[in-house]
Amino acid sequence: MTSAVSFQKVSRHFGSVRAVDAVDLDIVPGEFFAMLGPSGSGKTTCLRLIAGFEQPTSGSISIFGERAEGVPPYRRNVNTVFQDYALFPHFNVLDNVAYGLMVKGVAKSQRQKAAEEALSLVRLPGYGARRPGQLSGGQRQRVALARALVNQPKVLLLDEPLGALDLKLRENMQEELKSLQKALGITFVFVTHDQGEALSMADRVAVFNDGKIMQIGTPEDIYQRPKTRFVADFVGSSNVLPPDFVQRYSGQHRWGSLRPESIRIGRAAKGEGVAARLVGTNYLGATTRLALDADGLRLHAIVPAGTKLPAEGEAVVLTFNREHLHLMDEPA
Amino acid sequence: MRSDGSQSAPLGLKIAAACGLLFLHLPILLIFVYAFTTEEKSFVWPPPGLTTQWFAVTWNRPDVWQALSLSVRVAAISTAIALILGTLCAAAVSRTKFFGRETISLLVILPIALPGIITGIALRSAFSLADIPFSFWTIVLGHATFCVVVVYNNAVARFRRSSGSMIEASMDLGADGFQTFRHVVLPNIATALLAGGMLAFALSFDEVIVTTFTAGQQQTVPIWMLEELIRPRQRPVTNVVAMVVVLVTLLPILFAYYLTRDGDQIVGSGK
Repeated sequence: MTSAVSFQKVSRHFGSVRAVDAVDLDIVPGEFFAMLGPSGSGKTTCLRLIAGFEQPTSGSISIFGERAEGVPPYRRNVNTVFQDYALFPHFNVLDNVAYGLMVKGVAKSQRQKAAEEALSLVRLPGYGARRPGQLSGGQRQRVALARALVNQPKVLLLDEPLGALDLKLRENMQEELKSLQKALGITFVFVTHDQGEALSMADRVAVFNDGKIMQIGTPEDIYQRPKTRFVADFVGSSNVLPPDFVQRYSGQHRWGSLRPESIRIGRAAKGEGVAARLVGTNYLGATTRLALDADGLRLHAIVPAGTKLPAEGEAVVLTFNREHLHLMDEPA
Repeated sequence: MRSDGSQSAPLGLKIAAACGLLFLHLPILLIFVYAFTTEEKSFVWPPPGLTTQWFAVTWNRPDVWQALSLSVRVAAISTAIALILGTLCAAAVSRTKFFGRETISLLVILPIALPGIITGIALRSAFSLADIPFSFWTIVLGHATFCVVVVYNNAVARFRRSSGSMIEASMDLGADGFQTFRHVVLPNIATALLAGGMLAFALSFDEVIVTTFTAGQQQTVPIWMLEELIRPRQRPVTNVVAMVVVLVTLLPILFAYYLTRDGDQIVGSGK
């Protein structure tokens, strides 16, 4: 099967900075694909390479089997929802949405009808006559979405689409984007630095760091079975355990990862486990996050709210299920 | 202490402000009054009588029409040149980062910071060095040097306030470079260009110093007025022309001010 987007050894260098460094990537048609990473990790540059705003320094990119190097953005069947939405302030909402059809020479009545339909799709029917300046942030984003979708792109790119919205709106939009993507069957590629967003929305996630992809997999893969220390730490703030520590529990001299929610806390001098000291608690509402010091190794544990906790500074014993200790590929 | 607006200023300050404004504007009013005087050899106060005959006299003087026509043509062409070069330069400076960008920005603005006499002498020696005879076009070139600055400044400010991703959004939606310029870039900078163009036109229209160094035998309106003041013949004609100059330069400046007055919000920003 042809990939929706395929990167072969793609690099994009800015001077001496390797923003994207020999990336291989295959995005399956119809999937919701997330590119996750801290700022400066190369995820946005990858998105811009797909959109055509950047050209690769080396390597090749194809979109649905067609070579994309040298093809300008306006000749790609790919549309983008920009981080700042980039609506045209001098057009009303309807003309903004119809813009792509206008420059393609679609007749006025036809393109306005299509724009109305796109606005209904994003649940903004009847907003056509308003100016972008009169809309809220969430509404502007829907307009930006409609403006991209009206062109029936093969791939829709979303650059930090939810970054500027408040929490409640963001949660609604996450569900809505997901159901929209299912209904339309278009390949969605979205960039985010928020691991929660990536895990909850995407079919597959690529974790970026320093211009390279650290790991590609389903959200479960990424969360449960991180391959490197970076992925373990960045996705869900797992406890990264050094090889010497891991060896004592698994017999193997490798880096390990242990989810904070897998750690149980017990009173000291009771049963076996890792001796540690409670150094801090962080109330998070539904859970409480504990900072622990196990002989110089800083660990975090998450326990349900209401758990009876020892006082800060007290000695505790940490236990965990052996199978929750995940051994990583990264060489020790 | 903060004044809250409703609090009135002391009387002394009000009088001082009024005197300042009178000092600035009363002489201009005098120019207007002398356009109606019956005394033609010198300016006497109060005017011995009032007449509108000088408007007819001015209308029938071919030298006035020549000067006016030259000034309008020079201003129009300098402004056109400035609009093209100033906009291109502003786009380059604000949209891309390149080595020497700040230097170029400074060099473009320099002509307006330099005294006109320096620009004038420099251009004159350059023209004679290159064996270029003084003509209409040498005046246009001289004026274009400072007209470009005005357009550039206006355009650069507008480009800075426009979101760069708008151009990318247009390209992304299928518009090529020309369509993007026509449908997105131009509508967003149009008022800035109009304002810059009108300021440039007004500056060119009343320019004296650079013109004296770059003109041959031709007379633009301000040069004609200077000559006219020296010989005492139909003096009020100068005043009638002065009124026209005030209108021609003041109206565009007021309009330019009106166009760029509000627009503090960032164009094309999502937030």
